Amino acid sequence: MNLDSLYQEVILDHYKNPLNKKLIPNPIAQVTHLNTSCGDEIILNLHLNGDLVEHITWEGIGCSISQASTSVMSDLLTGKQINEAMSILESFVEVIQSKGKLNGDEEIIGDGVAFAGVSKFPARVKCALIGWMAFKDALSQGLAKK
Amino acid sequence: MSGLLDVTTIKRDFPIFNRTIRDGQRLIYLDSGATSHKPKIVLDAERDFYENHNSAVHRGAHQLAEEATELFEEARLEVARFLNSDGSEIVFTKNATESLNLLAYSFSNSSKNSRFHLNPGDRIVVTEMEHHANLIPWQQLAARTGAELTWLPVTTDGRLDLSSIDSIINAKTKIVAITHQSNVLGTINPIKEIVAAARNVGALFILDACQSVPHFKVDVKDLDIDFLAFSGHKAVGPTGVGTLWGRAELLNEMEPFLTGGSMIESVTMSSATFAEAPQRFEAGVPNMAQAVGLGAAIRYLNGIGMENIHNHEVALTKYALDKLQSIPGLKIIGPTEMKNRGAVFSFTMENIHPHDLGQALDQNGIAVRTGHHCAWPLMRVLNVPATTRASLYFYNDYSDIDALISGIYEAKEFFTAPRTKERK
Ligand SMILES: Cc1ncc(COP(=O)(O)O)c(C=O)c1O
Repeated sequence: MNLDSLYQEVILDHYKNPLNKKLIPNPIAQVTHLNTSCGDEIILNLHLNGDLVEHITWEGIGCSISQASTSVMSDLLTGKQINEAMSILESFVEVIQSKGKLNGDEEIIGDGVAFAGVSKFPARVKCALIGWMAFKDALSQGLAKK
Repeated sequence: MSGLLDVTTIKRDFPIFNRTIRDGQRLIYLDSGATSHKPKIVLDAERDFYENHNSAVHRGAHQLAEEATELFEEARLEVARFLNSDGSEIVFTKNATESLNLLAYSFSNSSKNSRFHLNPGDRIVVTEMEHHANLIPWQQLAARTGAELTWLPVTTDGRLDLSSIDSIINAKTKIVAITHQSNVLGTINPIKEIVAAARNVGALFILDACQSVPHFKVDVKDLDIDFLAFSGHKAVGPTGVGTLWGRAELLNEMEPFLTGGSMIESVTMSSATFAEAPQRFEAGVPNMAQAVGLGAAIRYLNGIGMENIHNHEVALTKYALDKLQSIPGLKIIGPTEMKNRGAVFSFTMENIHPHDLGQALDQNGIAVRTGHHCAWPLMRVLNVPATTRASLYFYNDYSDIDALISGIYEAKEFFTAPRTKERK
């Protein structure tokens, strides 16, 4: 196993040039998620427009996997219907928790397929999921407010 | 080479070095600060206990119980001699965390007129560089009693700032609890100076010796302290056994923490009196095989010689500090001069997150730790979210450091090389 298969180009690229990494104010929900084992932190703002995910913006510090995965998530889920966003999220989580068994469907999870290799490293699964879990949390808080 | 142990021979004592890592690579273990590896004679001692002497200590009227008790108590004496103390002053616990909690809970169980009793306004002093194990028990004790928790600050170069020690360790101070060597910075603290300040105001002094006892000679009489905690598993011993050392007269005045069998003197349906220390603090059937394993571990360390271990680590520290600091973009988090410094190196690398660096090193068979190292407040003070930490022991040598250095260069190359593809 070499580093290239874990750290795909897409991951390093998103890490260097993260998308939506600037909080838009006045969200319907703001959440902070911590990875207590390494001190990483993601703050995520969610804006909804009816049933549409209007903006996902975020700030935070962390490793390349957590930063890139949050960037991919914010890009992929913005502009989606809420239920569609949730089903993409479930597909992504399934791949990341597959212990290397699933490659993921690019049609559904887009650049998320680059993280399939992460699923072989139990210590990194949390990194790959932190932004996605923050979104899920923000969404349930946002829906509760509606 | 001068000051160095024969690591090739030493490694043969440790079965784990027979295995390989990530597709056939040599194991380069730089995480002994978290836990050390175990020599075969420690594993053999545990197995021998179970196979040949297993029985509940201090209980049975039979030969096995007699032998088990003798082995268990011999291990206690081994630990006692190692710290220059007496068997009656050694309490076996699960680990250092439990040793420190034992103290904190015993103190809060104490009656109003006891010297261990804390009142609102009393002070507990720790430092900003404590491991959570020597911070949270005191935070919680302060919360239970209304006492105030304060701390000695850490300077930017990773030393304790003792400039205000007399106003921090003041007349209100009842407890001073401090780490001997930082598990993050490698800093070895000037214990005698702090003990003197504690003595001046009549405070108890508690030493977290997790990162010192395995690495150099620690003499409780010479340090003139009151309590000391360490974990067996960081000192080539088994997991599941730690030590609390305390002055006999203090231990015998303290209230129990855990209660039940083996720790009593006399019992009726409505009350009980308690045995003298150490039994008072060893409720239930203890971790016998593990304690016996710890005794074997200490015999092993003595065989190599604590002085030799220390000298070996000093040589490695010098080598590692020089090499690490020569890497562009690498910043050591902790003292960069040799004085009062152990073989623990925390660092950050420009533009590479510690988790990514740790992962890259792991691909080369190099085991390091990344994160906040159970010292979150310290990381906040130093303003780093996380570090990579290499912590060495006497089974490491220069070649391990060389491997670390080239691993770091490889990671640097990988993560900071200009990327070719544009995003779609
Ligand atoms: C300085 C220090 N104190 C306390 C502890 C806690 O040791 P244990 O987890 O074995 O109880 C550690 C272990 O990491 C440590 O390094």
